[in-house]
Amino acid sequence: MSALRAVGLLVGKDLVLELRTREMLSAMGVFALLVTVVFTFAFSPAPGQAAAVAPGMLWVTLIFASLLGLSRTFALEREERCLEALRLFPFDPALIYVAKAASTLLVLLAVEALVVPALAVLGGVSPGRAAGPLAVVLVLGSAGLVASGTLFSAMSVHTRMREVLLPVLLLPVAAPVLLSAAGATAQLLAGRPLAAILPGLRILAAFDVVIAVVGSVVFEYVLEE
Amino acid sequence: MHAIQTRDLVKAFGPVQALRGVTVDVPDGEAVVIFGPNGAGKTTLVKILAALMRPTAGRVRLFGRDPWQDPSLRRRLGVVSHHSYLYAGLTAMENLVFAARGFGVDTPDRRAEVLLEAVGLWERRHDLVRTFSHGMVRRLSIARALVHDPPLLLLDEPFVGLDRSAAALLTALLGRMRGSRTLVLTTHSIEQGLALADRVVILVDGAVAYQGLNGFPDPGAAERLYADLVGAHR
Amino acid sequence: MPPDSHRELARPARADWRAAAIAAGSALLLAGLYMALLYAPEERTMGAAQRIFYVHVPAAWVGFLAFAVVCAASVGYLGTRRRAWDLTAHASTEVGVVFTTLAIASGSVWGRYAWGTWWSWDPRLTTTFLLWFIYVASLMVRAYGGTGTQPSRFAAVLGIVGFLDIPLIYLSVLWWRSLHPLPVVVGAEGVGSGLHPAMLHALVVNVVAFTILYVILVSLRREQMVVADRLTARAGRSGVRAGAGEVAG
Repeated sequence: MSALRAVGLLVGKDLVLELRTREMLSAMGVFALLVTVVFTFAFSPAPGQAAAVAPGMLWVTLIFASLLGLSRTFALEREERCLEALRLFPFDPALIYVAKAASTLLVLLAVEALVVPALAVLGGVSPGRAAGPLAVVLVLGSAGLVASGTLFSAMSVHTRMREVLLPVLLLPVAAPVLLSAAGATAQLLAGRPLAAILPGLRILAAFDVVIAVVGSVVFEYVLEE
Repeated sequence: MHAIQTRDLVKAFGPVQALRGVTVDVPDGEAVVIFGPNGAGKTTLVKILAALMRPTAGRVRLFGRDPWQDPSLRRRLGVVSHHSYLYAGLTAMENLVFAARGFGVDTPDRRAEVLLEAVGLWERRHDLVRTFSHGMVRRLSIARALVHDPPLLLLDEPFVGLDRSAAALLTALLGRMRGSRTLVLTTHSIEQGLALADRVVILVDGAVAYQGLNGFPDPGAAERLYADLVGAHR
Repeated sequence: MPPDSHRELARPARADWRAAAIAAGSALLLAGLYMALLYAPEERTMGAAQRIFYVHVPAAWVGFLAFAVVCAASVGYLGTRRRAWDLTAHASTEVGVVFTTLAIASGSVWGRYAWGTWWSWDPRLTTTFLLWFIYVASLMVRAYGGTGTQPSRFAAVLGIVGFLDIPLIYLSVLWWRSLHPLPVVVGAEGVGSGLHPAMLHALVVNVVAFTILYVILVSLRREQMVVADRLTARAGRSGVRAGAGEVAG
């Protein structure tokens, strides 16, 4: 079986399960909105300051929401040891990582499509012409979170401290994502063109690629017993 | 031709050794039952045979090849574990079709239908596994392990948690496979195991304490041998 | 237990070279201390506070060295499954965390005198701080990572991912945070260039002394772990099968 078909099979299964319950979509979406409200209460930015606070708020919110989703990605595989069953399939275990990251990324992007416009309204920010470049930043940042998060989620799900371990592992390693994505969002909202922040975005893209490649290579060592 | 050959398998979990040099040969088409008390290393051995776990030392050959070098060998291997390997949120049919596709079966839908009929779940094929009773889940998980028609079937404690009628069904199902497939089954129940065994392996504290053809005059003789071997170790 | 089996358990594998290293290291540490406090001249702007530099730089160096060793040992462990690699990675993580802590604390004191603040988000300090988090997380994984080889494998994965992450963290802090210029960071870079020769001597001696200290600590810690392994294995053999039963199912 080709790698693409294997990944398609696994992603399809994840999406069917998700669409049947919409567990992750609803949990992450509601949570993201709630965090925004809490942030606004905590910082209560003056109308003029909204643009200064909004980028950081957005990305902290998205990181927390994706932590919520990532902690669930392997939960449904855990109950009946389905992950073990996936490893019995005659294909490279790296494809399990790729598929899990892909399906989580799709769900995260769906959540963002619903939530980010609402956040902009609540935060009093109008992206205007920056909307296109912002979408690029969202995709690159989300990919970085999911690439590293899928690896750590597979690790933490097999430990006693799983709820605690995932953020402790993910947040320092994914620091480049938060720095780059929040930085880029701030620059774009301040009206700077995409070209001006391209070198910084390259660091983010490099993070995505490095982590995804290393993740695919080491994933079999995470799964094996 | 041997379906399974292991040489001096050692598995250490950190400093603790779960297997201490296990050498087992299983000829093609034979049914081997591995007995042993809890902690003897039965599950560890099955996981190593299924290439789910890497041995610390020693080697495994399935049909003469190394399963870690050759992932396509997994197509010839079915596993029934303590866990069902089924998604509660998918229907019986969807679970089997998913597994069939994963193994690259040519006609996954047809194959799933045949198996659903064989394990008596045809009527319930479009119901979510979540709604199934324990016995039904068990039957479906055996169907799942057979979805790619593997010549080698590994079963780890398949009788645990089964009521009398489900256990009888499983024994009948496995009895029908004898001769046509290689079966490896672990259990700590002497009676249920002997009913299916061509060959008997007794594993005590990570080492093979007895290995031979199932030629016991009566179950009592096997019980006594087992008790002696386990007791001698204690 | 017969008296000589104690000796067998604790038998130092390479006692000779280590005894020599401990002697040489102690001498160098004393020399380094003397040079840092008395031999090196006083720096003009910072005065005596600058002398923390002779602790800070060697500690930071050993921290990075330790994590490079962790990465290499992690690759070795995943490639060969030899417990020896795993023990090296574990010991080096522990020692690395200690030295990184020292580097951060001394860097903070430095910052107090150089920039007038205990903490600044200067790229190197920030990177070191995040590094510290990654390797503390790695120790947590080893402590709570479950049974069998799982903690070792997870820590090895983190050892590789974390090390490759270091340049990415550094670059992103550097690029994104220098975009809005920070008030006081710039001064930090100037230190290395106009270094007085005596300062350089003191620094080199301390770096060598700290490196030897690192090697000794890792080797001692490793040996403790080897002995602990033997004791566990021995307990397992003499009938304490509960732990084994748990992992073997």
